[in-house]
Order: sequence, then structure tokens, then C-alpha cells
Amino acid sequence: MDFGFSLSPSSAIELDTLDSALYRKLCRIEPGARTCIACGSCSATCTAAEHSGMSVRKLLLGLQRGRKAEVERMLSNCMLCGKCTMVCPRGINTRRVILTVCRLYDNVEGTL
Amino acid sequence: MLLSMKETILVVGGGIAGMETAVQLKALGLTPVIVEKNSSLGGHVAQWNRLFPDMTPASKVLEPYDEALKEVDIYTDTEIASINSLQKEYAAVLSNGKTLRCKAVVFATGFKLFEAEKKEEYGYGIYDRVITNRDLERWFDTRSDERVPAKPAAIGFVHCVGSRDVKAGNSQCSKVCCITAIKQAIEMKELFPDTEIYCFYMDLRLFGKKYEDFYINAQRDYGIHFIRGRVSEVAETIDGRVQVKAEDTLSGKPVKVKLDLLVLMSGIVCDRANNELARSVSLPLDEDGFFRSLDNIAGVTRTDRKGLFLAGTCSGPKTVPETLAEARSAALQVYQYLKAKKK
Ligand SMILES: Cc1cc2nc3c(=O)[nH]c(=O)nc-3n(C[C@H](O)[C@H](O)[C@H](O)COP(=O)(O)OP(=O)(O)OC[C@H]3O[C@@H](n4cnc5c(N)ncnc54)[C@H](O)[C@@H]3O)c2cc1C
Ligand code: SF4
Ligand code: SF4
Ligand code: SF4
Repeated sequence: MDFGFSLSPSSAIELDTLDSALYRKLCRIEPGARTCIACGSCSATCTAAEHSGMSVRKLLLGLQRGRKAEVERMLSNCMLCGKCTMVCPRGINTRRVILTVCRLYDNVEGTL
Repeated sequence: MLLSMKETILVVGGGIAGMETAVQLKALGLTPVIVEKNSSLGGHVAQWNRLFPDMTPASKVLEPYDEALKEVDIYTDTEIASINSLQKEYAAVLSNGKTLRCKAVVFATGFKLFEAEKKEEYGYGIYDRVITNRDLERWFDTRSDERVPAKPAAIGFVHCVGSRDVKAGNSQCSKVCCITAIKQAIEMKELFPDTEIYCFYMDLRLFGKKYEDFYINAQRDYGIHFIRGRVSEVAETIDGRVQVKAEDTLSGKPVKVKLDLLVLMSGIVCDRANNELARSVSLPLDEDGFFRSLDNIAGVTRTDRKGLFLAGTCSGPKTVPETLAEARSAALQVYQYLKAKKK
């Protein structure tokens, strides 16, 4: 039956069922990643951010919330310049975080 | 040099503020008398298990007062029936029938913990799995509370319960509950390493020495999840757990999670039971209902009434070290006041 409208699937995040395996793997390798306070310094300083939406803050949040596709899209825009690492007030090695996430996606060594 | 003054000073309230004030007054050569409405001294601190920021057992902080207050007159289970301002002193009639003539009065009447059942949408007193920060401190002490499950898979902490909430009648921040939530979250994670723990916060206010370190440890070493968003409602699930709803404001999306235990961070609110007492000596109250200090910079322990002083959380939310510092300051203020009067 056509009611003239349709329901879109719920956009609610369900914390107990979402898949954050990748985030957990990342945190085992880079425990500092957990200390992000979402201050946004990394994105504010990022040259790629303006044109591509790259943001370490969103990357870390996205992984915690299981948004793998969004994170993957973002990663391809990073130039690995390391400016974000310079400004992070928590001293997170964001550049290494990005590289680690890339390796986790590729699972290069097959051991991560 | 100490003045030789044996004057009696009434200390109303025998929490940490009142006890410390009395110890200091005694050391200054005065004669403090503590009036405490409960059957024992210690106030709220006696209900806590371990204290931030050093995880000191609360009992260890209270213990030395047994000895230090040995020679101080203490009336427990006693209230102030009335206080009258005479020409040069105050006359307090106690509920035990005694009348005390005193040269000054220090109010150390403390605070009240926000009654969590007033925030009905959080289900305290309705759902079996919802407790408060006070209940959890008691559980750390006694390990007996039917509401705390043996093996919780997930635990949530709700910040700002009855604080920063105009509708709950308290727009102020309670100051101690962000760090208490993190302290308790870490304690639970130590007991239940496999449990997922979520803190729902509006802002994290971790102002004190070592507090930020607690936060970093909670994130990095204990993997506690911090979700920025105020819990809007709690519902019981069919299997007796609770489901919490909030907005994950960092993602801009609604968020839900099922929990085995939900801990509400009840805030520090004024104890309205003492309004009448304040009125009887014309002591003004602040808009937030706490006793009003002379000013909030250099006159926190003084009032605009002669011979009336304040110590501790009766003038607003404070930590234990802040309360102790104020108690010492109040004792000195009393001393200076009497000294000036003697001249
Ligand atoms: C959940 C929670 C956890 C906390 N944990 C910590 C911590 O870990 N570390 C830390 O530094 N701080 C902590 N605090 C803060 C700490 O509890 C306060 O700083 C402290 O209790 C203040 O002491 P007080 O004497 O001013 O008030 P209270 O502890 O409230 O004592 C007031 C006393 O006065 C009595 N009284 C009141 N009215 C009258 C009256 N009319 N006549 C006679 N007696 C009266 C009361 O019965 C009570 O005994 C915590 C607070 C909360 C809410
Ligand atoms: S390393 Fe990548 S994310 Fe960081 S500032 Fe450079 S381009 Fe942006
Ligand atoms: S700068 Fe560091 S703390 Fe701030 S959002 Fe980026 S990663 Fe997080
Ligand atoms: S200390 Fe934290 S939890 Fe307590 S009222 Fe302030 S912001 Fe809310």
C-alpha cells in the first residue's frame, strides 16, 4: 500500500550493538587515541579539512560509533603532513593514529 | 600571642566543617560547642567510602577528630530551638532544653543531596537498576544492595542530576559530581574489568588538582566511554534492565544503550530545613538558597551580621579540602572578631 510517504530507517546509535572492533584494535596499538576530548584543534589546522572533510576528531568518533565507511572515505584525503599532531592538546600522535587505522583497513601484515 | 579568652562559640553542624572549626577554635583558646542534629558527627563524609583525589578512605579523614575533639562539648541528636540576639552575645536554646550563651555562632550546616526521585524521568525509586552516587558509596562500604547486579555487562553514569537544571530548582553546578562520577566509574571498572561503562555528561568540569589526570586515566587506562549528551529518559526493558536515551551531540544523532546499572550523580543543593534558623537571626540567603557570605572573594566565611560566621558547604558546593580551608579561616575570623571587640 502506498501512503505517499515512507519511513527512513532509524538513525539512532545503539551503543551496545554497534561494531567498534576497529576502534578497539586501534586503542590496543595506540592507547593515547582514547584520550581525545573532541576539541577540534586537529581539524581546524588540517589543510585537507576545508576541501575534503578530513578530521581526526571525526575519525576517532566515527570508529567509536562503528561508521567504518565514513572513516574510510575520510582517510583517503589525508596528506600525512602531521600538522594535527603538532596541535593536539592531549599529545595524541594523530599522524600515527591515521597510519595505524590505514593499516588496520588494509590489514597489511595480517597480524593487527 | 593568644588572647586569654574562654568565650563560648556555638558551632551549628558537626560535619567536617563544624568539626574542623571547633578544633581550630579550641587551639585558639576559645570554647567551641558543637550542636549536631544527627546521632553522630561526620556529616556527608561519613557516608562516603573513598575520597577523590587520592582515594583516601573517608574514615581515615574522620578518625583524628575523635581525639582532637575530646575536650570539646558536643551535643548530638540536638537541634537549635531558637537563637536570640542579645546586646553583646547570642542566646541559643537547644532542643534538649539547655540554653547556651555565646559570643559568636559559626554555621556549618552543610548541604543536602538532591532527591533523585524528583527527576522522575530517570526512574529512581521506580526501576530496580537505578541508584544514586550516595547509594554506590554505601555499596562500596557494605557490598549489599539488591539493585547492584553481581555481574553487570554495562553501567551508565548520569552527570548533573538536579544540578544545572532550572526545572529541578537548581541552576548551579554542584562541582564535585563530575569527578565523583569518574572516580566511581574507575572503581567499578576495577571490580568489573569486562563491563562497558558510559558517562553521560553536558560538560566535564574537572577543575581541581589531579582531576584531569583522573579523566585521562579513565579514558586511556580504563576505556570508559564519555558520551556528550544529557540523558533525556530511562525506561525499563522486558528483561529488567534499563534503557537510556540521549543525544550523542558530537555525532548529532540520538543514542540508546541498555544497561544493568544506572548511577545518578545527585547534586549538592541547599538544605531548606535551615531557612527558618537563618531567618531567626536575619541571616540572608542567596538566590540559590545557600547562606549568603559577606562577599564571594575575601569574605566567604563572614556574613553581614555581627558575630555570625559560615564554614563549608552551607554557603555552596565545596570539596573536603576547600571545606577544611574554610573552617580554619572561619575560626580565625571569629578570633579576629573577638580580639577587635576586646579593644
Ligand atoms: C556524592 C558526593 C561525593 C563526594 N565525595 C567527595 C570526595 O571524594 N572528596 C572530596 O573532597 N569531597 C567530596 N564530596 C564533598 C563533601 O561531601 C563535602 O565537601 C563535605 O561533606 C562538606 O562538609 P560540611 O561539613 O560542609 O557539610 P555536611 O557534610 O553536609 O555536614 C553538615 C552537618 O551539619 C548537620 N546539620 C545541618 N543542619 C543542622 C542544624 N540545623 N542543627 C544541627 N546540625 C545540623 C548535618 O546533620 C551534618 O552532620 C562529595 C560530595 C558528594 C555529594
Ligand atoms: S596529517 Fe592528515 S589529518 Fe593531520 S593535518 Fe595533515 S592532512 Fe590533516
Ligand atoms: S586535537 Fe587531539 S584531542 Fe583535539 S579533537 Fe583532535 S585528536 Fe582529539
Ligand atoms: S560537577 Fe559536573 S556533574 Fe556536577 S553539576 Fe557540575 S557539570 Fe554537572
